[in-house]
Amino acid sequence: MTSNIPSTDSQIRELLAPSIETRGDMRELVMVPLGAVVLALIIGALIMMATSVPPATILQSFVALADGALGSVNAVSETLTAAIPLVLAGLGIGLAFRAGLFNIGAEGQMVVGGLATAVASFSITGVPMVIHLPLALLIGLSAGALYAGIAGILRAVTGAHEVISTIMLNLISFRLLDYFLRQPYIQKEGRSDPISRAVLDSAELPRLLSFIDPNMRLHFGLFIMLAAVVLVWWLLFRSKLGFAFRISGENPDAARYAGIRAGLTIVLAMMIAGALAGLAGATQVSGVLGRATPGFTAGIGFDAIAVALLGRSHPVGILLAGLLFGGLEAGGRQMQVGAGVSIDMISIMQALIIIFVAAPLLVKQVFPVLFRKKPDHGATKGGADG
Amino acid sequence: MNIELRGISKHFGPVKANQDINLEIRAGEVIGLLGENGAGKSTLMNILSGLYRQDAGEILIDGRPTAFDGPGDSIAAGIGMVHQHFMLVPVFSVVENVILGVEPTRGADYLDLDAARAQVQNINSRYGMDVPTESLIMDLPVGIQQRVEILKVLFRSADVLILDEPTAVLTPQEVAEFFGIVRALRDAGKAIVFITHKLHEILEIADRVSVLRQGKIVGDGDPSQFSEADLAEMMVGRPVSFSVGRGSPETGAPVLELSGVSLFDENQDSRLSDVSMSVHEGEIVGVAGVQGNGQTELVDAIAGLSSIAGGGIRFCGTDITGRSVRQRHQMGIAHIPEDRQKSGMVAGFSVAENMVLNRYYDEPIARGVQIDWRQAQQQAAEACMKFDVRTPNVFLGAGSLSGGNQQKMVVARELERAVKLVVASQPTRGVDVGSIEFIHKQLVSCSEQGNGVLIISSELDEILDLSDRIYVMFEGRITAEFDNRKRDADRNAIGLAMAGAGGTRAA
Repeated sequence: MTSNIPSTDSQIRELLAPSIETRGDMRELVMVPLGAVVLALIIGALIMMATSVPPATILQSFVALADGALGSVNAVSETLTAAIPLVLAGLGIGLAFRAGLFNIGAEGQMVVGGLATAVASFSITGVPMVIHLPLALLIGLSAGALYAGIAGILRAVTGAHEVISTIMLNLISFRLLDYFLRQPYIQKEGRSDPISRAVLDSAELPRLLSFIDPNMRLHFGLFIMLAAVVLVWWLLFRSKLGFAFRISGENPDAARYAGIRAGLTIVLAMMIAGALAGLAGATQVSGVLGRATPGFTAGIGFDAIAVALLGRSHPVGILLAGLLFGGLEAGGRQMQVGAGVSIDMISIMQALIIIFVAAPLLVKQVFPVLFRKKPDHGATKGGADG
Repeated sequence: MNIELRGISKHFGPVKANQDINLEIRAGEVIGLLGENGAGKSTLMNILSGLYRQDAGEILIDGRPTAFDGPGDSIAAGIGMVHQHFMLVPVFSVVENVILGVEPTRGADYLDLDAARAQVQNINSRYGMDVPTESLIMDLPVGIQQRVEILKVLFRSADVLILDEPTAVLTPQEVAEFFGIVRALRDAGKAIVFITHKLHEILEIADRVSVLRQGKIVGDGDPSQFSEADLAEMMVGRPVSFSVGRGSPETGAPVLELSGVSLFDENQDSRLSDVSMSVHEGEIVGVAGVQGNGQTELVDAIAGLSSIAGGGIRFCGTDITGRSVRQRHQMGIAHIPEDRQKSGMVAGFSVAENMVLNRYYDEPIARGVQIDWRQAQQQAAEACMKFDVRTPNVFLGAGSLSGGNQQKMVVARELERAVKLVVASQPTRGVDVGSIEFIHKQLVSCSEQGNGVLIISSELDEILDLSDRIYVMFEGRITAEFDNRKRDADRNAIGLAMAGAGGTRAA
């Protein structure tokens, strides 16, 4: 077979040089979501036209959308603030997905994590911020991890599918929240409605831009989010554990053959996913809301599923997708105020983006220019024979 | 119906998959299409079945030039393709699968199952296929499922049948029966294109043969004018040696010992009972048997993938019965799994990632909790060179390699480290001739270095060629043992033992 081995070294060097084809995938990774966003904007405009919104208002609403997302320091602050929990929970969902698990339970894990952080934030007293804040966040993170771990153990031991169990755990978490918010040691004194006591100053995530304007909500969670992106990237693509996750996700049979313990992997992946979602709830409570209220997670855990999908379960992709969704969130509010277009329009467009991401062929057909390849690309694949 | 392909060319980018191919397919004839993986057989047949369109050349059906705009046109023209991978609905009955898509109906969409049944039964008996038409697909063995695929194309009144590697999934007995059906079809005036890379099959069944290499027809004619060696040389482009030379083995201490191993499946049915066997240093031991007689379970038990119910397994004198898969890996047991696609590799991962599946957790690939990917890529590249894995680079998805290269990648991963025992399950299934030769040489050289090698294969030739000792498995038991150090084991006796006759242990 290898009758001619003139220079092994140079051949090895060739084998180690990534080709254009291997890089081609990255292009698609960026172009499909981009095309999806453009398509969603177009269809959003069409829907507005169908409901007889005058073209001038449509244009105005898109200007307001952009303005509200990026038009000022405050807009950027709002965009980033909204992105923080989306990215954190999205990272958890993406990581679980890489391990072959559909974690629909980020919302419930956020609830449990946020509630735990809230309780730790007002019931621990007399400790300095450097201890109190990290401790409170850590407690929220752990609570999320344990809560997700239930679904992981159910799956590993009994085979109960995590989609079903996490959905049920979501419902349980909502009622748990309602229940706990009425407990005397949690409920704010003198209130009859379910609302927790306020987070102590020593457990509050510091605001970053209050030197410009004390109303700007961007908080220290931004750095936690960025650190989480790096950490999850490292975990997935550089660590042994992450490799085991990815093998299990791509081919469970090969994982078994490689000596990876399926049950342990499932539980660990779910727990890490839950930790990230719990952290999302925790930062939301101690950075933005300052207390826990019924429904304080506001569906962020579900939107994060979309973020993970849009980001193709890649940490950097999730970061970008989270920023986009954060921008839509912040811009949508401006759109409602500035152009009088309902904020529901934003939800419709977010959903459309996901549909288009899920249908990459459609995007490719609408925007063939984005995907035009060099003439020889794909030849080696296409020429393969059975 | 006669088909003539004239000057067919098809390229994918710079790759010329088919170049100026001329082929005649005649009624009442079996034409063998021989070629390695990647030679262009599938491309040609995909053109014929309307999936691809040729860049140049024409297809003449009974002398009339014809253009296919899709598979529908080709089926309508009477061309039926039986794919290597079956396309059947497991929970449907045979009849339901056969009529799927062309259901006979009465009135307003009333499914006329009785008419369908009669029609299917009619085809079934005409060609002696002997398919139980009311059974569910999932209850049928692979060989019968294949006949259902043939029933499907016949039901669509195909006159030309394209059989893509039809024997790849069949046991020797099933192959013999299958050839009977092919002959019956031929004698009934059907034209048959028989795609394979197995030389002896061409010699046995084909009336004419065309050999493809690198997209071109490099030889054709009456098979009787060729020897196996001629055909192999045409196919590979160089002389191929079939039997791997090997000095008389120096066997040493036992590497693997099984004593009275039994194993049950999840339904508590016995899969292995009282299996005792041994593999010694420097020895190649073969396990012959018709597929499904406990071979898979035997390999799983040795690799640690399933726990045994009774008996014990010793490796180099140590009891490993309770050891995990990974511990056994680390102790020096290499395992080439029987189905590379299913469990041997991760198709979506790069070649480099696949190459470290069984050692990413140990030094030097692992550094603490991290994986040193640079190191992994370097090792993968070296292994690719050494084991002739043909890939443009180690970052390519393993799924886009050809079957032979995928298998060599798996073999490379298993043998490219210190091992004492190699358990090779179906090591050359679905692999081209050149790769088979290469893999066999690797296994032999592994034993010559003093390691034990256990080969489990449903290809009796492979067992007879390579093994010093042969065990035969039947219904979860070792029913016979043969000495084959002089490569003179009695083929007939092994065949009989595979079929469950006798119970001799003539060591």
